[in-house]
Amino acid sequence: MEMVTLTIDNKVVQVPKDYTVLQAAKEANIEIPTLCFLKNINEIGACRMCVVEIKGAKSLQAACVYPVADGMEVYTNTPKVREARKVTLELILSNHDKNCLACVRNGNCELQKLAEQMNIRDLEFEGERHKLPLDDFSPSVVRDPNKCILCRRCVSMCKEVQTVAVIDTVERGIETIVSPVNGKSLSEVPCVNCGQCITVCPVGALREKDDTEKVWDALANDDLHVVAVTAPAIRAALGEEFGFPIGTPVTANMITALKRLGFDKVFDVDTAADLTIMEEGTELLNRIKNGGKLPLITSCSPGWIKFCEHNYPEFLDNLSTCKSPQQMFGALLKTYYAEKAGIDPAKIFIVSIMPCTAKKFEVKRPEMNSSGYPDIDVAITTRELARMIKEAGIDFSDATEKHFDDPMGDASGAGVIFGATGGVMEAALRTVAEVLEGTSLEKLDYTEVRGTEGIKEATVQLNSITIKAAVAHGLGNARKLLDRVKAGEADYHFIEIMACPGGCVTGGGQPIQPSRVRSWINLMAERAKALYTEDKNLPIRKSHENPTIKKLYAEFFGSPGSHKAHELLHTHYTARENYPE
Amino acid sequence: MSKCSCGQEVKDTREEKLEEIIAKYRGTKGALIPVLHEAQELYGYLPFDVQRKISEELNIPLAEIYGVITFYTQFSLVPKGEYRIQVCLGTACYVKGAGHILDKFKEILGIDVGGCTEDGKFSLDACRCVGACGLAPVVMINDTVYGRLKPTEVEGIIEKYRNE
Repeated sequence: MEMVTLTIDNKVVQVPKDYTVLQAAKEANIEIPTLCFLKNINEIGACRMCVVEIKGAKSLQAACVYPVADGMEVYTNTPKVREARKVTLELILSNHDKNCLACVRNGNCELQKLAEQMNIRDLEFEGERHKLPLDDFSPSVVRDPNKCILCRRCVSMCKEVQTVAVIDTVERGIETIVSPVNGKSLSEVPCVNCGQCITVCPVGALREKDDTEKVWDALANDDLHVVAVTAPAIRAALGEEFGFPIGTPVTANMITALKRLGFDKVFDVDTAADLTIMEEGTELLNRIKNGGKLPLITSCSPGWIKFCEHNYPEFLDNLSTCKSPQQMFGALLKTYYAEKAGIDPAKIFIVSIMPCTAKKFEVKRPEMNSSGYPDIDVAITTRELARMIKEAGIDFSDATEKHFDDPMGDASGAGVIFGATGGVMEAALRTVAEVLEGTSLEKLDYTEVRGTEGIKEATVQLNSITIKAAVAHGLGNARKLLDRVKAGEADYHFIEIMACPGGCVTGGGQPIQPSRVRSWINLMAERAKALYTEDKNLPIRKSHENPTIKKLYAEFFGSPGSHKAHELLHTHYTARENYPE
Repeated sequence: MSKCSCGQEVKDTREEKLEEIIAKYRGTKGALIPVLHEAQELYGYLPFDVQRKISEELNIPLAEIYGVITFYTQFSLVPKGEYRIQVCLGTACYVKGAGHILDKFKEILGIDVGGCTEDGKFSLDACRCVGACGLAPVVMINDTVYGRLKPTEVEGIIEKYRNE
C-alpha cells in the first residue's frame, strides 16, 4: 500500500493512503472523540463530534470520513475545534432524555463519557423532547426512542451486517426516530432478537429485557431448587464488567459469584454442548449414509433459527433437529438430574446465563417443554448477571470455587469452543471421525474453521467419507452462504451458522465495549482466545470422551439418536411470515 | 383479489399496473423513488400492501421503504382527496404569509393538516419548498400551481373545484 505523510498537531505521521484522518490520528496516539462512528459498521460522518481543522479546507471536517493526503496538516485541538465539538454535544444533549442515574448504561454510556471528556458543565440549550412510548413487547430487546441520539449504528448493524433490516430512520427533522415500520413493536416485525443493535448502541436507547427480578424472586424462594447453567462464552467476557482485560477467562470467579448469589447448583452448559455434538454428529452421519436432507445446518443459535424461519423457510428441513445446548440441558436437568438428585422437577428452577438476547425468546418457544416442564425458566444475559453480582456486593476477584457442580461437572474442550465461530464445527469434526466412524484421529485443531473470516470452509477426509463443511457467522454472511447453496454453487454436507458476528463471544447479551475500544481491536478474536486457551488446557478435548456424557448414554438415553434422546433433545421449526397482514 | 358486488372474484387491475411499474424500473439504480411516485399516482397513496409488494419485488427492506415514504412529504400513507391541496411552508412562502393561507384552507374545509374531507374531494397538506419562491406564497392543487395568493382568494379556488 502506498504511504502518505501528514502532520497531525504538528506530529509527523506516515500512514497508508486509504486511511481516514481518524485512523491516522489513532496511529499517532491522538484521540479524536467520536460518537456515531463504529469502524467497519457505521462510518457516515453524521454526528460531527470528530471535527478537525485541516489547513486549506473551507470548514471543519469530520475526521472519521475524511481521507488523508500527502502533506496534509491536521489540527485536532484548536479553540475552533473544541468550541464546535462542545456546541454539537450540547445540542445532542439538548433533546436527550438525561435520566442518567436511572439508566441501564449509567457508567457505560458513550454520550455520558463524551460529556465528561468535553468538560460540559452547563447545559445551555433545552430542546424539544420526544415523549414516545417504550417498546418493551419483545421478549429480548427493549427500545426507548426518547434516549436515541440518531447515530444510526443500530440501523447499520441490523440492515448492513445482519441483513435483518427491521429498523430504520423514520420521519424527518425533529420528528426523526429509529423505528420498525408503521409504529410497530420489534415483536411484530421479523426481528430475530439477536441483540446486536444493543451492543452497538452508544446510549441506553436499546437494551435487553431485564429478567433479573424473576431470578431474585426464585433465589429468595426456599421451596425452589435454583440452578444456574452458564454458556461457554460467559467466562470469556464477564470479567470485562469487573475491570479484567478483554479475553481473560474468569470461570472460577463466575462460579464463585453464582454460589455467593445463592444458586443451589452451578452447572456448565458445555456439558450440554458435548451432548449436542453426540446427537448432531449422529444426525449428520445418518443423513449422509441414508440420503437425508443435506447440508445439515446447526441449530444452536436461536437468532439464526428465527432468521431461517422468516427468510429461508426452504431450509427448515436442513436444520438439525437438535435443540440448542441450553434447551437440551434444561430438559436433561428436569428429568435425569431431578431423578438422580431426588428432586421434584416442578421445584427445579433453571436460570440460564447466556451471551444472547435471542435465548430469552427461545425459552418461550411453545415446543420447548418435552419433559412436561419448561426446559429453562429464565434466560439472563451476561450483562444482567454482572448487574446482579454488583447489586449483591459480591467481590468478583474471589475465585475459590474452581469447579462446576456434579453430577454435571464435566465438559470437554470441544464444548468450551462452542462459544466462538467455528467452534461447533470443530467440536463436531473431533467426534464424528472418531466415534461414529470408528477411526482414531490425531488431529484436534481444525484451524481452517477458526478465526473471524465471514465464511470459512473445510474439507475433512474421514475413514469412509469426505465431509465438506462451511461456517458462517453474522446473518449477512449466512445469507450469502445460503444463497450460494440455493443457487447450486456450493454442495456442503455440514454448515455451522451463528447469528452474531464472531459467534457467542460477541453475542447480543455480552458486555458492551464502546466504539473507542471495539473499533480498534478484533473483539471477536480477543474473546475467542480465552476459549481456545481453556480448550487447550483441558484434559478432555473431545465430546465423546466426556465421562458425564458416557454415563448419560449408559444410564439414561441408551445411544445418540435414541427414542428418548429424540423426545427430550430434539425439536422442530415453523415457517414465519415476515409482515403478516 | 377482491369481491365485486355481483359476488364474482375480480382482480384489482391496479395490482397488474403496479407489477408493470415495478418491472419498468427493476434493476435500475435508484428505482425506489420513481416506483413510489408512480405507485402513489396509481393508488392515491401508499398502502401497506403496496409497500410490501415493492419491498419484495425490488428486494429493498420494508423498513427502508417506510423510512423513505415518511421522510418525503410528497408520499402519503393515508388516502388523499380527489384534489390534493399542498400549501408550501418553505422559507420564502412562510415569510410571505403562507401560514394565513393554510389557516384559511383549514377553516373553509374544516380539516386539519394531513386530513381529508368526508366526501373525499379535498385533502390538505403542508409541504416544503416546491421551487417556485418567486411566486410566494404558493399553493399546489394536484399539478396546478397558484402563486402570490392572498387568503381572500382561497374561497374562490375551493369553489371552483367543488363545482367541477
